[in-house]
Amino acid sequence: MKRNKSVLLSTPYLIWMVVFTLIPLGVVCYYAFTDPASGEFTFKNLKELNLYWGVLGQSVLYSIVSAFFCLLLGYPVAYFIAHRGPTAQRFLYMLVMLPMCMSFLLRTLAWVGLLQDTGIINNILAALGFSRIRMIRTPGAVILGMVYNYLPYMILPLYAVIVKIDRRLIEAAEDLGCNGVQVFARVILPLSVPGILSGMTMVFVPAVSTFYISQKLGGTDTVLIGDVIERQFKQGNNPNLGAALSLVLMILVFVCTGIMNRFGGGDEEGSVVV
Amino acid sequence: MKKVFCVILSVLLAVSCLAGLTGCGSSEDQITLYVYNWGQYISEGDDDSIDVIAEFEKAYPNITVKYSTYDSNEIMYSKLSNGGITVDVIIPSDYMIGRMAQEGMLEELNFDNIPNYQYIDDTFKNTSYDPENKYSVPYTWGTVGIIYNTKYVDEADVTGWELLWNEKYAGKILMFDNSRDAFGIAEYLLGYDVNTTDEAELKACADKLAEQKPVVQQYVMDQIFDAMENEEAWIAPYYAGDYLTMAEENPDLAFYQPKEQGFNVFIDAMCIPTCCQEKEAAELFINFLCDPEISAANMEYLGYSTPSSAAKDYMDPETAGSEVAYPDADTLSSASSFNFLPEETSRYMESLFMEVRNG
Repeated sequence: MKRNKSVLLSTPYLIWMVVFTLIPLGVVCYYAFTDPASGEFTFKNLKELNLYWGVLGQSVLYSIVSAFFCLLLGYPVAYFIAHRGPTAQRFLYMLVMLPMCMSFLLRTLAWVGLLQDTGIINNILAALGFSRIRMIRTPGAVILGMVYNYLPYMILPLYAVIVKIDRRLIEAAEDLGCNGVQVFARVILPLSVPGILSGMTMVFVPAVSTFYISQKLGGTDTVLIGDVIERQFKQGNNPNLGAALSLVLMILVFVCTGIMNRFGGGDEEGSVVV
Repeated sequence: MKKVFCVILSVLLAVSCLAGLTGCGSSEDQITLYVYNWGQYISEGDDDSIDVIAEFEKAYPNITVKYSTYDSNEIMYSKLSNGGITVDVIIPSDYMIGRMAQEGMLEELNFDNIPNYQYIDDTFKNTSYDPENKYSVPYTWGTVGIIYNTKYVDEADVTGWELLWNEKYAGKILMFDNSRDAFGIAEYLLGYDVNTTDEAELKACADKLAEQKPVVQQYVMDQIFDAMENEEAWIAPYYAGDYLTMAEENPDLAFYQPKEQGFNVFIDAMCIPTCCQEKEAAELFINFLCDPEISAANMEYLGYSTPSSAAKDYMDPETAGSEVAYPDADTLSSASSFNFLPEETSRYMESLFMEVRNG
């Protein structure tokens, strides 16, 4: 009886998943293996992928670098928040979430206004008598955009894990003679690994497939795989190649999250992707 | 208490459903017309201009217009050819009309519903893309040239299309983000026919465009307005009509047509695609846009050139006499139009352009 109930309750979601996840996935596969002109089965789209390995590599590199910077910036913040009183914690948590209430596109466009050659920062520099510096349309600007947009995805899982670390373990380490650095390196850091891994995944996955950030903040040579896919559908009029690229990207994301989860050991609490 | 609340809520829901149904029933003859047009390509009523869509809805109260925009012919084409949408009126350019007509994507127009077609000048009828005037009614025409900022660009460098390759202005040059216009420029520069189907020539153009990539700031369409007006970029190829709009914001901008090398003259015309649901209403809309007074209002706003001499009577003499919008016959003699290319060539060109963009 109880079992029947749980099946019944999960039916809406199962239907949802079949209609909106499995069927579209099938459509993507179908397109990836058919010829754009004739509609026949072909490996041609996959062969054309050869042109795009460089772009794919660049996307992975940018995402890893962004995830790393997010960790570097996010960990101290998460640690800081986790060690405040409950009211302060709630307030700080809200501050981290706040930018996510605004449109992602608007926030990226705001960076264009700040960074461009005739933008706010350069205008201030020029007014102070300095020469203008080239900030926009550089790889650095794209990474900045990614870090800025995805930082909350790093802080939130880290905070969730750090806040749950048992204080008694830290006290025990101190009692047993660890100094501050040792407490951090041997107790706190190992215990926050699940948070680090899920934060890395949460930043890496959207960053590797992003397209808008690189179009607005990058130059003509900072092309990411998301841009290429978007263009196949919009201007290139080649949804088949777009589907093949999406498929490869999807496999890549699965492999990466798989590797990360493996590192996490899988059985620890909190290692589940949030 | 909770139960009572639930009951009230469900009653409310049921009532609102019924209300929704009756709402639909009473507006049975209300028609929704889907118009799919270029961005910034209709008078929208700011600065005391006429809001053309609002006027149309006032004239035909049973028609509601749903208006959406695209950035390039290619984007519009992919959206329509992927199917699954309803669009009643589109305004593609000449070569795209030829392609869509050839591929059976356009409906034949019933000119009995478009009496204002009489106002269209004869030079814009029996064109190469629609020789029998079956599918299209011209909306605007114009030319492509180079827009540059006189504050930063040395007049001596403004010699022709090669300005867009000039390393002196690296990072300050914008380029078309659509295959046909971008290849057109390379073809004029290399001295090829703009309607070539020769793969070797197209490949040479792609190489030329790839060579340009390091000096290009961005590949853009409508984002060009901001970039040129704010002087973030200094040089860009674009449509003459849009230059006039930009020059109103930034008087330092100038326009140049490379007469020796040649440049593109285009016609954008209104068509009805086969996915249309309301053909008669669509024809009414097309007819409305051909009205000389409405056409004049649109051209005043757009800066593009009208295909109807009758409309010029309603326009500000300065706009109607603009040399940028209406170049003299001598200048126009060096312009050429894009014709319909075989599907194979279009696809090849698009894939080459993708390689340039993604490489």
